[in-house]
Amino acid sequence: MNNNAETVFTYRSYSLADTDLLAADLAALVTAGTVIGLDGDLGAGKTAFSQSFARHLGVEGIVSSPTFTIIKEYQGRLPLYHMDVYRISLQEADELGLDEYFYGQGVSLVEWSSIISDLMPLQHLHIAMETYGPEERLITVTGSGEPYGELCRAMIQKWGNER
Amino acid sequence: MKIQTGEVQPVLILAIETSCDETSVAVVKDGSEVLSNIISSQIETHRAFGGVVPEVASRKHVEVITLVIEEALAVAGVQPEQLTAVAVTQGPGLVGALLVGVVAAKSLALAWGKPLIGTHHIAGHIYANRLVKELRYPNMTLVVSGGHTELVSMQREGEFRIIGRTRDDAVGEAYDKVARALGFPYPGGPHVDRLAREATEAVPLPRVWLEPGSYDFSFSGLKSAVLNVVNQSKMKGLTPDVAGIARGFQESVVEVLVEKAIRAVKANQAQQLLLSGGVAANKGLREALTARCGAEGIELIIPPPVYCTDNAAMIGAAAYGKWRHDGSTPLDMVADPGFSLEKWSVGAY
Repeated sequence: MNNNAETVFTYRSYSLADTDLLAADLAALVTAGTVIGLDGDLGAGKTAFSQSFARHLGVEGIVSSPTFTIIKEYQGRLPLYHMDVYRISLQEADELGLDEYFYGQGVSLVEWSSIISDLMPLQHLHIAMETYGPEERLITVTGSGEPYGELCRAMIQKWGNER
Repeated sequence: MKIQTGEVQPVLILAIETSCDETSVAVVKDGSEVLSNIISSQIETHRAFGGVVPEVASRKHVEVITLVIEEALAVAGVQPEQLTAVAVTQGPGLVGALLVGVVAAKSLALAWGKPLIGTHHIAGHIYANRLVKELRYPNMTLVVSGGHTELVSMQREGEFRIIGRTRDDAVGEAYDKVARALGFPYPGGPHVDRLAREATEAVPLPRVWLEPGSYDFSFSGLKSAVLNVVNQSKMKGLTPDVAGIARGFQESVVEVLVEKAIRAVKANQAQQLLLSGGVAANKGLREALTARCGAEGIELIIPPPVYCTDNAAMIGAAAYGKWRHDGSTPLDMVADPGFSLEKWSVGAY
């Protein structure tokens, strides 16, 4: 059996409140060392998703965009490493030593992770946000390997696929 | 260990800044006179090292830091033994980048037997204004850059209170992302400023004021509004009115920044309004603030661009006040990516 097998869960969000429900569920399921990649066009709602996720992870205060500073660290139920590789190259990201975060004691949430897909751990969760209107988003959550497959199956069980 | 002699000795601070993209070292006299201010991305020798900006990786800072230190001392014409102290940006910033400056500063402080002054990056941006003019208190600073959008109130020297901040995107980041939506490569903020000034008409875009009385900012919704306008044009098969959108965006951003800054000045009886950060170079913002402050009789200080973007001279300026009030920082201090400005206030520890 392929230990990087993919499990896909799709979720249609009609509002920020819908997206917040998904973020809440995910935040309840993550553990130390969870790595989540987050992709979507400009304005798709990546930072809004990250803010919901952080709040449900127990982070207090403002979670602002990390585009300029690249990595922002917060303390919630677990440490949260909020990253954004939008403005850097794969090579520059490689020199940042991201593995210390990925294999650390917290949860890594990486916006624009497709830029550094070669640096992402083989086992991780990927979230793609597609825009279908001012509010409507199709959110595709892909778990590569375990425990990410299990995480997706738990979400499918709760929400059904493509609700 | 302050110098006690009959004559007044100048305070000479060697300051190091490596919090993000720039490796910078400066020598600043008495917190206001810049004897040198070397920024790695601006020096020729940097090219020999194959350096590229942004220097987000600590390796890039390591490659140039000793060179930049030597150049700063040489340009200033200062010998290490003449220095009063070594200052360094302790945070906030990217931890790997900060570490390079902190380790260099500690090593120099130890080797030269000089005190160390851990300094806050945003305090640096604020005190960049002291390189231009004597500050009067209370005052208010609007910090606008790629990573920060903050209104900071100071009742007295070195006492900081953040009264407003962005809840999502920093203003410089919003400019760069809108620029990308309009077809410019990253970072394209300056293009938006230029286009906005060339446009004859503005595409109307919303102003985000948040709750009444709030000094916080939010630019994410404005970015989405720009994207909607661009997408709607494309769906209709039309070419988006790029200049009109740029102007509409700039007008929205500038109006909110200016209104909140002026309101903050009045509410806090500030004697001066200080502007800092890379977006202080934005002509639309400078003109609007200058006009409004003129009309309201508020003294406005805007440092030249070299002191607005990340640089070490501003760190030397901020370190001076900290040193006078609180003395040195222990050598076991650590780089802190989430360093609190308010906790760094004088007398706060």
